[in-house]
Amino acid sequence: MKYSANSVWENKDEYDVAVIGAGHAGCEAALASARLGLRTIVFTVSVDSIALMPCNPNIGGSSKGHLVREIDALGGEMGKVIDQTFIQSKMLNKSKGPAVHSLRAQADKANYTRTMRKVLENQENLEVKQAEITDILTEDGKVFGVQTYSGAIYKCKAAILCTGTYLKARCIYGEISNATGPNGLQAANYLTDSLKSLGIEMYRFKTGTPARIDRRSIDFTKMEEQFGDERVVPFSFTTNPEDVQIEQASCWLTYTNEKTHEIIRANLDRSPLFSGMIEGTGPRYCPSIEDKVVKFADKNKHQVFIEPEGLDTNEMYVGGMSSSLPEDVQYAMYRSVAGLENVKIVRNAYAIEYDCIDARQLMPTLEFKKINGLYSGGQFNGSSGYEEAAAQGLIAGINAALKILGREQIVIDRSEGYIGVLIDDLVTKESHEPYRMMTSRAEYRLLLRQDNADQRLTPIGHEIGLISDERYQYLLDKENIIIYEVERLEHTNIGANQEVQELLKKYDSTPLTSGTTLAELIRRPELSYEILEPIDKNRALINKCEQKCVDNVDKLAQEVMEQVNINIKYDGYIKRQQKQVEQFKKLESKKIPEDIDYDVIKSLRIEAVQKLKHYRPISIGQASRISGVSPADISVLLVYLESYRK
Amino acid sequence: MKKDTIAAIATAMSNSGIGIVRISGSESLDIVRKVYKGKELTDHAIHYGYIVDDTETIDEVLVMVMKGPHSFTGEDTVEINCHGGVYVVKRILETVVKYGARPAEPGEFTKRAFLNGKMDLSQAEAVIDIINSKNKYALQSSVSQLKGNVQKKIKEIRAGILYHTAFIETALDDPEHISVDGYGEKLRVTVDYLLKELERLLKSADNGRMIKEGIKTVILGKPNAGKSSLLNALVGEDRAIVTDIAGTTRDVLEESIQLHGISLNIMDTAGIRDTDDIVEKIGVNKAKKQAEEADLIIYVVDSSRELDQNDYDIIDMIGDKKSIILLNKSDLTTIVTKDMVKSYIDKPMIEISAKKEIGLQELEETLRNMFFDGEISFNDEVYITNIRHKTAISDAYESLKKVLFSIDNDMPEDFYSIDLLDAYESLGSITGETIGEDLVNEIFSKFCMGK
Repeated sequence: MKYSANSVWENKDEYDVAVIGAGHAGCEAALASARLGLRTIVFTVSVDSIALMPCNPNIGGSSKGHLVREIDALGGEMGKVIDQTFIQSKMLNKSKGPAVHSLRAQADKANYTRTMRKVLENQENLEVKQAEITDILTEDGKVFGVQTYSGAIYKCKAAILCTGTYLKARCIYGEISNATGPNGLQAANYLTDSLKSLGIEMYRFKTGTPARIDRRSIDFTKMEEQFGDERVVPFSFTTNPEDVQIEQASCWLTYTNEKTHEIIRANLDRSPLFSGMIEGTGPRYCPSIEDKVVKFADKNKHQVFIEPEGLDTNEMYVGGMSSSLPEDVQYAMYRSVAGLENVKIVRNAYAIEYDCIDARQLMPTLEFKKINGLYSGGQFNGSSGYEEAAAQGLIAGINAALKILGREQIVIDRSEGYIGVLIDDLVTKESHEPYRMMTSRAEYRLLLRQDNADQRLTPIGHEIGLISDERYQYLLDKENIIIYEVERLEHTNIGANQEVQELLKKYDSTPLTSGTTLAELIRRPELSYEILEPIDKNRALINKCEQKCVDNVDKLAQEVMEQVNINIKYDGYIKRQQKQVEQFKKLESKKIPEDIDYDVIKSLRIEAVQKLKHYRPISIGQASRISGVSPADISVLLVYLESYRK
Repeated sequence: MKKDTIAAIATAMSNSGIGIVRISGSESLDIVRKVYKGKELTDHAIHYGYIVDDTETIDEVLVMVMKGPHSFTGEDTVEINCHGGVYVVKRILETVVKYGARPAEPGEFTKRAFLNGKMDLSQAEAVIDIINSKNKYALQSSVSQLKGNVQKKIKEIRAGILYHTAFIETALDDPEHISVDGYGEKLRVTVDYLLKELERLLKSADNGRMIKEGIKTVILGKPNAGKSSLLNALVGEDRAIVTDIAGTTRDVLEESIQLHGISLNIMDTAGIRDTDDIVEKIGVNKAKKQAEEADLIIYVVDSSRELDQNDYDIIDMIGDKKSIILLNKSDLTTIVTKDMVKSYIDKPMIEISAKKEIGLQELEETLRNMFFDGEISFNDEVYITNIRHKTAISDAYESLKKVLFSIDNDMPEDFYSIDLLDAYESLGSITGETIGEDLVNEIFSKFCMGK
């Protein structure tokens, strides 16, 4: 039972920002706000579950790795913590272009949680409080506090909702339904009603997780061992690469088979999805094994990755086989997989349903359009994934703080980062499933690489106040050296002498018939900046780096080399995207006044008027991405705004 | 990438007088220099010379240069005054597009003029109206003018592009489940094929076979006046079903015919009468709508029957639109005479027999005279549509060429999808489809992602 009238009391401590939830979004939000000097309190239903990873034991992956790097470049925490707690790491897509290289690390879950908790507990201006928030308190459409299950009122100037999958959560497998959050943790059952009474529209989404199994019951001889990279690249730009060259744990690969699929097909009628017990919308990119078997009936096997949950536990995660089938079917199904014949299940697979919002109720700053001072981030906004959550939490935390400080809030746009793509998609486009970051969603991905996240976002992080002067100066030095080096290579002529021809021959590269520049040679796929060192007589990169105040010369030199290679090799493509970005920026910079009255604009089509009125885009650019708004409508808007301005 | 310099035909599309092609934008001078032969172009002066496409001379012209901000749009603007033939004007527009301009969007010159402060506030509303009405037409025309088979072909090509892009993207997003290694060679086969298909489309665009371009001519008349017989006589084959039963034609039939180099896009319609038959009623309404949009109306009068209320309704519909009146069934006993009709409506009149093919010669001559006297002209949006389509196809073609270039140069697979998507988007502008969530949907529906 929620508090009664006589247990209501007001905590007289003063807070600027209250963060509700201490998952990946909540942690970043709380840290950003506290680091910007605001008195911050973060509420969690369980202090033991701070930064919990209730599903897969990894951070990063294709395009998600980009997000982590961007979080780090802005001054967030996720990258630093995973660098300290990973047990295996890989750079994905290494044989592809630099735009799609992406880091993915296996985490020691318990260590990750512990480490992040320590950061929170030791952060100045930040207080951790175990309590379920049941009400958001507002007056005249503005947040003034939050209230807990026991009736305590905490006054604050802004609140950030980071409730993840906990709102009215229900875990389901077979006919079993538990009214709990993930991992059997307490659900938050009251806040939804408070939000609805504020006029917030709620969705119900669904996701799922596979079983955890006992390492001792697995026959690894029937599986392929999967190793980490020989040379590990850290997530954080501040981590010394030497510190992450650890001994790594292995993962294992096995496959489902026809027998597995038969078991699943024979029991489909017992799945809560098929029986209609689950109402939420599940993600297409993360299908349960039963979904895969039904939808891709022609595939006779699916990959299954067995991944450790940590170093101090025997629990292993069964990647690729999330399910909500009944317990007995789960046993039969997992035991049909090679190597899992005698497997012991520690935790059953389950599907989870939860309340979240249609994020189009938010401004790109992640503040609610209707409620002054109320922000939200993470799975609550209809996204999925730890990294997506952390990215939004960071932005929500920064903006709540900037608002209270009376400073201009930030919006990362689609040409500046995956974070921009993520948030713009969430607040602009209609979505019927948990949103996952994908590299194909970023139209300027050649510019949004994981290797240059610092160049893209660290200046913004510095401006905000989350990046130290020292770290910013390092970036400026690095950029200067890159520019110098690229210029030099573009203008260094190289003759067809014997030394050059021999080097080319050694790397199977066509010999020169006449002189060229070093840059031209670097553009050849088989050559690189490193390879050309013997014939590049004036290279003084290390000296250049040393002149700067840096204590880690090797790190700087490595970073510069990578950037020089990419900037020269993909120069043509990069310039093309830069031109596209210029066009894009033109429309983004055309702001739409908040008090615009779409009804008086003659000639806008009715559908466009309705959509524009409902979603109130902040710029012409954003308006153009709303479905139902045509290019002609945009032209009309442009002309109208121009006359409005005059 | 969307080009910033725009071009359009600034005069009506008829075979008379002078034609003007206007180009506006930062690159307009550079582009014109590539196609103009004559004295060096200077600001605010008129130059005599020739427009050439490579080695071919297209026309003798006067070129006027107006540097921004002292021009209609406020940008660097060039106007090419040429001989007013439809073919010539169109050819010049195509040439400047080929050398880097982009066909203007409806109302775009006016829009730019306004945004650059060249028009005062009171004109803003007028600008919006122009954008709106022209767009309404362009939207209608860009898809509806496309021939069915062309539309189908473009959709097929797009589907092919999307499938391969989605495969590459799936592999990039889920590299541990799906490998795209060595995909270049497989893709090359598809791209080679698609390039050939696009080449064929480009050729048909050149021959004007891609859109139903021509003078939009609508045949009107009351039921059983012989409209379908007329269409068949003009086309030279039994395209429409002809019976003695009134109301046989219930939908609009379309045919393109060439008369002495003039292309007519002829539409046979359901006979106009007040009817309770629902299907026939729809047909009648469609006919009325077509008539409203027509460049020319051919009104077929059944001269063997008395004029009745249906005829009076049609005469009302014609109003002051360009039209020719045919007194059909001259082979039978005629009741209706030229003078009788003339007392209601004064238009060129010819007696014919569609069935016996009498009087067709005279009809053709009348049409030709009207065209060369400039009495009837094309709706210019139709032509512009064709050029826009052509530009879109050649943009797609260039993008696919870049894919081949990337494959040849051993670029990593993720570079392929950049140009593949550009091609997809260009073709989409023809069929009026944007990328939106297409790629993401294709990824999820065709390929099995991990986790």
